[in-house]
Parts: sequence; structure tokens; C-alpha cells
Amino acid sequence: MSDPAPGATAPDPAPAAAAAAIAPAVDLADGEWHRLHPATPLLRGGFAFVAIAGFVLANLRERILGLFLGAGPGGGEGGDPIDVIVRRGLIPLALVVVLVVLILIITIFWLSWRVHTFRITDELVEVRSGILFRTNRRGRLDRIQGINVGRPLFARLFGAARLDINVAGNDANVQLAYLSGRNADALRRLILQRASGSREPGSAAARLEHDGSLGGMVTQRAREFVAPELDPQLAPPESVVAMHPGRLLGSTVLHDRTVVFVLLVIAAAVLASAAHMFFVLFGVVPVLLGIGSQIVRRFSRSLRYSIAATPDGVRVGYGLLSTNNETLPPGRIHSVEIRQPLLWRPADWWEVRINLASHSDRQEGGRRTSTILPVGSRAEVFRVLELVLPDIVGDGSRQLVVSGLAPARADDGYTGSPRRAAVLRWFSWRRNGFALEPEAVLLRRGAIWRSLIVVPTARMQSVSLRQGPLLRMLRLADVHVHTVSGPIRAALEDLDAVVAAGFFRDVAASGVAAAQRESAAHLAGRARWQGMSRSHEQ
Amino acid sequence: MTDKIDMPVTPRGGLDPVPGEWRRVSPRYVWVDLVGNVISGLVVTAASTIPFWVTQLPWLLVIPAVVFVIAVIGAAITPRRVRAIGYRLRDDDLLVRRGILFQRFAAVPYGRMQLVDINRGPLARALGLAELKLVTAASASNVTVPGLPMADAEELRDRLVELAESRRAGL
Repeated sequence: MSDPAPGATAPDPAPAAAAAAIAPAVDLADGEWHRLHPATPLLRGGFAFVAIAGFVLANLRERILGLFLGAGPGGGEGGDPIDVIVRRGLIPLALVVVLVVLILIITIFWLSWRVHTFRITDELVEVRSGILFRTNRRGRLDRIQGINVGRPLFARLFGAARLDINVAGNDANVQLAYLSGRNADALRRLILQRASGSREPGSAAARLEHDGSLGGMVTQRAREFVAPELDPQLAPPESVVAMHPGRLLGSTVLHDRTVVFVLLVIAAAVLASAAHMFFVLFGVVPVLLGIGSQIVRRFSRSLRYSIAATPDGVRVGYGLLSTNNETLPPGRIHSVEIRQPLLWRPADWWEVRINLASHSDRQEGGRRTSTILPVGSRAEVFRVLELVLPDIVGDGSRQLVVSGLAPARADDGYTGSPRRAAVLRWFSWRRNGFALEPEAVLLRRGAIWRSLIVVPTARMQSVSLRQGPLLRMLRLADVHVHTVSGPIRAALEDLDAVVAAGFFRDVAASGVAAAQRESAAHLAGRARWQGMSRSHEQ
Repeated sequence: MTDKIDMPVTPRGGLDPVPGEWRRVSPRYVWVDLVGNVISGLVVTAASTIPFWVTQLPWLLVIPAVVFVIAVIGAAITPRRVRAIGYRLRDDDLLVRRGILFQRFAAVPYGRMQLVDINRGPLARALGLAELKLVTAASASNVTVPGLPMADAEELRDRLVELAESRRAGL
């Protein structure tokens, strides 16, 4: 990136690198090839190497000390390869071998950094990497589903950040790891601007910032480390939801998962101590470890949670030591579920999850979150919904969401299951119901574990209607609204068969209508933008 | 394709959310479905005798007997099941229906189709049939129209792709 030497390994970067030698500031989004942060090899796996080297050195410490003090170990015990080397006087050879291996490894790391280049043009982002096996990955900017700026702990120490550009599809993200933190944030803004079609001359924001003095660098690192946002100018004023540690702790304790954890511990303890069934532990302990780590991760991730509206979309921040900062452009959320674990009901806390079209779950740190609000009061749920579904939580549908979170009443806008569905849904048949707005399908489910699923009709992929023999005897049917895969399954079972058939027809029609409205608006917007750009040219 | 427009079987008391004319798949598809059913029925019946072989308890032979009867019934209603498969091209979406005992209707808007596959198994190829598979961004959609004559399948695919192109929507 800031490397001034023109490279022979990569064909294209030569002009860019030459330009970099002339100009101190490099525009990262100028369509030329650029390199990543110089610390990238170290951050991407070099630490493992350093750790192994340290481990080997620590184990050989005594031997090395002995070597230098001239009191070698009384060799001759055979098996130890190092003893063999010492005894046969092969130390110079061994040192040469170690040196060659070291140089080889460092060269490979350096080469892989040299050939790992990226470019960002007006239409696409492209990354190429690999020495022997070259990979080349392109993403179209207008297909971007979201951008995630991740900063793992070690990377934060170097002021580096990882930029994940999520394109729709499984494992379809383009990853720029690592960039300097400021560049990552500026690039994110720029890419989002280009993704949304506006082409303001904002590329100045993507210039490299050089701070020559060491003191300035240190304070900048410290500032970056403390600040949840990298650039205060880019950051929105504040999160619309404040996460109180007390509430987070309370919600964690009362979460279903914690209850299951405690019950499992009690059951295992009773079985092991009273009934002497120790073999139970073999099955239970791994499960407990899994659940426990989920609980801890949810807690630590959510401690510095923030959600805010930016001009480019909703920005969700997570993480305490390794931070993640994800921006979702408008219209990329395919369904929303508001749900309540059983014990949260007295406190009226809710959790909000979403389905997204892209999944970048390759790495633990870079995993996209499906939980967009870990815990919040009813008012905060509405604030989050206004951000993620601005068209839908308007004046009219707001009342529907309110009744979607409440017990069923007559005339609350939802069409529920008939009484005969109580055979299958003992408690929830009253609440089990749907409401269809022009912009969204609302599915209300569950009486004990309440949840409300909102699918924007413009995002719906298809719809199906099903009936098996049991449901036919009861004159019931299931309707399933298909969205992109994710944690939310937008299905409503055991509706009256006639009602379900009508719902199926209406959902199919309103999905088509919403998609047509959206593409018409899109075309109009594009025409307007083209007209504007033409008038600029004149 | 016009000669196959007629009403597919709607079971008594079953669903018929969008009354009207459906296109049916080729009657030759019965053979494809039947052979698949017979093979899977034999395999499952053979597998269900394992408890008997392991324990040598004679009453465990009830399991393969029941499985065999179910498989025979399944094979016997194959023609009916194939007659129940239907599809319909509406103005803005494709409707597909399947099943008698377990009915399933799906509506896929043309603008949501990401790609259209034509699959041909060995037996279907021998009979000149093909299966059309519609892929959307949702994996749950999973809509297939089996048993189309090859020419019809290609024509339908081209038509669907054309419709999808003219109604292209974002994700």
C-alpha cells in the first residue's frame, strides 16, 4: 500500500506504487491495485509462528544457557535428537538448517503479502492473493449486503482493521485483511456511497493519513483503541439504544440458555452423586462447555453494543476486546424476529434477530451477527425496528407490532387459528396468527415463548402452502413465507385451511406488487441520478 | 404443452387455493417415479430386517412387513400422485402443486428466480423426460417440476428466464 518499490511479482501495482512514491497520500479507491497493511502476515498467522518459536526457545533455554556457559549437559543418553546433534558436532549444520527454514518462512510471508493486492473501482472490488494457487475474487458494489469492520485484539494493537464486504450468497464475502484502521473506516464509507449509487467526490476521505511523529502515532493508537468508532467524524452522534451492564447481566441470567445450563448442572450433579452414574458426566460436560461458552460470548460481545442510523445504513457495533462494526445498507434485511425468552416477560425485555442474505461465518471474529438487539425494553425494540424497517413501522403498522407482542385479543388486526387448532397448539392457538400489510407480512407465534416475525414483502422470495393428512382431518393448513436462509423461519402452522389458502394468495400477490414497486422506484432513482450527472457534465 | 391442460387431481377435502387450469406433467413420468419408489421401498424393507437378524426375535419381522405394505401402497398410488403434480404460469409468478396425502403449493415470483436448472436422471433420459428446478435466494423455496418432455422443459426454461429477466428485482 505504501510500499514505494515497484514489484516484479505483481504485474499491475507498478504504476500505483510509483505514484505512491511521488504522492505521500494514496487514494485507495482510485481503481489501481494496492497492498494491505504491512503487519498483515503477522496478524494473519504470524503470531502462531512467533508463539511456536517462543515455545521452542523456552524449552531450549537451559541448553542454550549451558552452551554459552560452557557447561554442556552430560550427553550420551541417546534418544534426544538435540543430544545427538551436540555429540556429533553438527551444531553449525543445524544452525544453518534453522536459518534457511526461517528465511524461507519469512520470504513466503513477505511474498504472500506482496502478491495480496486489491483494487476498488466504481463498479467492483477485487482481491487477488496466493503464491502458488492464485485466487481472484470480485464483488460487485451494487450487490453489497453489508460491510463489517472487524478489529481483533491483536490487530487493534497494530491499529489495523479487517474490512469484510459481504455480497449476497454463502461465503461470498470479499475480505480486506488487514488495513489500517482509518483506511478501513474511510473505505467503508466510500464503498457504501458507491453501493448506494451516489458518486460524490468523497474519495478524499479514503486517503492515507500519515502522522510522522512517534508520539502522535502512539496517541492515535490509544485513541483508536478507546474509541468505539475509528473516526468521530464518520460516527453517528450516538447509539439509539444504551446497553446497561445490569440489564445485560440480568437478561443473561434469565435467558433460556442459562436456565437449561443450570438445570443440566443440577441433573448431572444429582445423577453423579446420588445415583453414582458418573458416566453421565461424559455426555453432559461437553454440552455444558458448549452452552457455557455461548453464554459468555453473548455477554462479552454485547457489553459494548451500539446501534445507530448513518446515511449509509444501520450500523451495529459489538465486542469488548475484539470489536466488530457492521453497516447494513437499507433494504438488506430479509426478515426480523422479535422474541422473548420465558423469564424475560416480567421485565418486558425482548431480543431482535434478523435474516441477512450473506453469511461470512468463516472466522469466529468475522462472523456476522444475526442478533441485532441482544436485549432491550419495548421502547428500545421500537427504536431498533424504526431503523431496520423504516417503511414498515409507520403509523399504521405500529399498532400491529404492539399487538404482535401482546396476548391475543379480538380485533387486534391478526387473523388467528381456529379453536380446533387447540388440539395441536394447546396454548398458542389464540396468538398464532398473521397480519398482512402492503409492505410487510407479520406472523405472530407462541404463547409461552412469544415471538413476532416481520418479513418485508419486497424481500420475500416465495411462499408455500402445505397440508398433511392430520391437518386435513382438522381442516387446517400451514403457510411458509420463504426468505433467505438464516435463524428465522417465517412459517405459520395450523391455520384454518380456507384462511390459509387466502393468505397464500394474498402473500404471493403482495410480494409481486412490492417487488414491482421497488424496481420502479429503483429505475426512477437511477433515471434521476443519470439526469443529474448529465446536467453536471454540461 | 397445450394438450395437457386439464385439472389435476384434487383430493376430497384437500386444498385448492387457486382454482383454475393447471398444466400436468407427462404421464410417462409415472415410470420414473415408480422405479424410484420400488427401489427405495426394497432398500428400506431390507434395512428394516436388521433388528430381526441381530436379535433373532421372530416378532421383529412385523417391522419389515409393515414397511413393505407401506411401500406397496406408495407404489400403487404413484399414477395418482403424478397426476396431482401441476404447474401454472401466471402473470407474475409460477405456481407449482404436488402431492395428494401431503399437499404442497408454492408460488415463486418470476423476478425472484436466480437460475433455472434442467436435471435428467438416467431413466428420465431414456423416456425423454427432464426435471426443471427453480432456484431463488431462499433455500426453502426448493421448487421442482419433474416429468416434463425435454422440448417442453427447454421451452419452459427459456420462457422462465425471459420472464425473470423482464421482471428482475433485487434480492
